[in-house]
Amino acid sequence: MGQTDFTAALLDPEKPVPEGLVDPQGRPAGKRFDVYRNNVTSSLIAALETGFPVLQKLLGESSFKTLATLFLRAHPPTSGALQRYGDAMPGFLAGFKPLASLPYLADIARLELAIRTSYHAADHHPLDPAGLDPEAMMALTPRLAPATHILTSPYPIYSIWRMNMVAGAPKPAPVSEDVLITRVNFDPTPHLLPPGGRQFAEALDGCTPIAAAIEAAMIAAPRADIAGLLTLFLSSQALTLPTEKVQ
Amino acid sequence: MYDFSSSSRLPKTAGIGYKPQHFTELRAEPGPVTWLEIHAENYMGDGGRPLAQLRALAETFPISVHGVGLSIGGEGPLDKDHIARLKHLCDWLNPASFSEHLAWSTHEAHFLNDLLPLPYSPETLTRVADHIDEVQEAVGRPMLLENPSTYLAFEDSTMDEITFLTEIAKRTGCGLLLDVNNVFVSCTNQIWDPIEYIEKFPHRLVGEIHLGGHDEDEDEHGAPLLIDSHGREVVDPVWALYDHTIKVGGTKPTLIEWDNDVPEFPILREEAARADAILAPVQAE
Repeated sequence: MGQTDFTAALLDPEKPVPEGLVDPQGRPAGKRFDVYRNNVTSSLIAALETGFPVLQKLLGESSFKTLATLFLRAHPPTSGALQRYGDAMPGFLAGFKPLASLPYLADIARLELAIRTSYHAADHHPLDPAGLDPEAMMALTPRLAPATHILTSPYPIYSIWRMNMVAGAPKPAPVSEDVLITRVNFDPTPHLLPPGGRQFAEALDGCTPIAAAIEAAMIAAPRADIAGLLTLFLSSQALTLPTEKVQ
Repeated sequence: MYDFSSSSRLPKTAGIGYKPQHFTELRAEPGPVTWLEIHAENYMGDGGRPLAQLRALAETFPISVHGVGLSIGGEGPLDKDHIARLKHLCDWLNPASFSEHLAWSTHEAHFLNDLLPLPYSPETLTRVADHIDEVQEAVGRPMLLENPSTYLAFEDSTMDEITFLTEIAKRTGCGLLLDVNNVFVSCTNQIWDPIEYIEKFPHRLVGEIHLGGHDEDEDEHGAPLLIDSHGREVVDPVWALYDHTIKVGGTKPTLIEWDNDVPEFPILREEAARADAILAPVQAE
C-alpha cells in the first residue's frame, strides 16, 4: 500500500479502504480511515467557503458544499499554501452543467479570487498627486499597484457582489459591468468602473503616460467623466510609480 | 547529539498559536503569553495584513514558525517552491524556532491539507531523514519534528514511533516537538500506554511542547477513537500527562493550540496560565 492508493481512496469515498491499514487488533481500518477522508474534505470545503463567501450566499450553504466537494475532488490544491486555492473554480463553474442557468457564477468566482489575490499582494506606495501640477501629472507613467485588479464581465458582477456583501444595496440591473479592485492599507475594495475606465487602466498597464491613457478612455467612451475617473484611481490608491518599492 | 532542551530560543514558558482576530488584545494584555507560533503557510503571500501583523508582533514576541504543508513524509520529492517560500519567511523573520510534522500531505503535486500517517519502516526512515536533511540545508536552520496524532496502524510498520523519531533525530540532527495531546490521542487510538510513551521519549531532543484539544468518537467496533481537532480546551487527562511530562523531561516552551472554533483571547490566556502554573514550580527548583 503506497501513497497513490491512499490518496485515491481519500478523494473517492466509493473506493475501499486500502489494504494494510488496520486498527490495534489488526482489523481493517474502516472508520479510522474515514477520519482522514473527512479531514481532507472538510478542511478544503472550509477553505473554499472562506474564499468564496458570495458564491456560497448565491448558492446556499448546502448547494455550495456539494459544489465544493465535487470541485475539490476534481481540483485538489497544488500548493501547500492555500492563498490561491480555488483558482480553477471559474473554469470549473463555466463547464458545470447543473449550474448552466446561472452563467454569471464563474465571473463572481473570478471577482472573489481577485479580492483574495489583492489581499495577499505586495504593499505599495500609492501615487500621490499632492504638489504635482496638472501638466506634470499628465506626463507620469504610473502602473497599476500589485493589489489592483481589473475585471470585465457581461454580467452585473459588481452589483451582485455588493447586494450580497453590503446591507441595503440595490438589486442588480441586467447590464454588463467592469470592476476595479484596489487596496487601501489592508482591505481590498471592489469599485464599479465607469465608462472608459477599463481602457484607461489597460493603457496604464501597458506603460503609457496618464495623458495617453486618458485618450484611450475617451476613444472608448467619448463622454467619459475623466475627472471622476482620475479621482477614483487616485483616491482608491490603484496606482503606483514603478520606482517606488515597499520593503 | 545536540541538546535541544537547552538550546531553544523560545522561552520555557507558555505561548499560543497566533490568530489574526486576537492581534489588538494580545498586544494590549498578553498576560502569561510570552511567545507565539504561526503556521508558515498563512504568511506566504507577498504583503498585506498578514505580513504587517507578523512584523509588528515579532518586535514584541519570539516567534515559532510551524509548517503544516511541507509533506516531509511524502513518497515523492519535496516541493522546491514550498521550501523556497519557507526559507524566505525564515530569512526575514529569523524565528526563534522552526518545526514541521512527521506526516505527509502532498502526493503527485496534489496537496491534501491533512497530516497523513506513515508506516514506521526502514524505507520510510531513510526517506524522511533525506527530506529533513534537504530542508535543514535549504532553510539553513535546524528543525523540530512533531510526533503525529494517528487513527490507524500500518501492517508494514516494523518499529515503534519513539524508536523511529529518535533515529530520525540521530541521522539528521533535528530536534523533536513533543505534542502531548497527540501522545494522548495516538495512545488511546493505538492502545499504547501514554505514561510509558512519555517516560521513554528522548526529552533532551525536545525543543517545544504542544497542547491542544481533541474530539471523542468511537470506531465501528465501539473502541474509543480520539480525533485531534484543535477545536476546544485541553482536557484534564492531557493536563495530567503534561504535568508528568514536565516532571520527567524538565520545563519546555509550551504552546496552546486552538485552530478551529477559535475562542475569545481571554480563554487562550487562561489555558496559557494553566500551562504556566505547571511550568513555574519546576522552573523554580
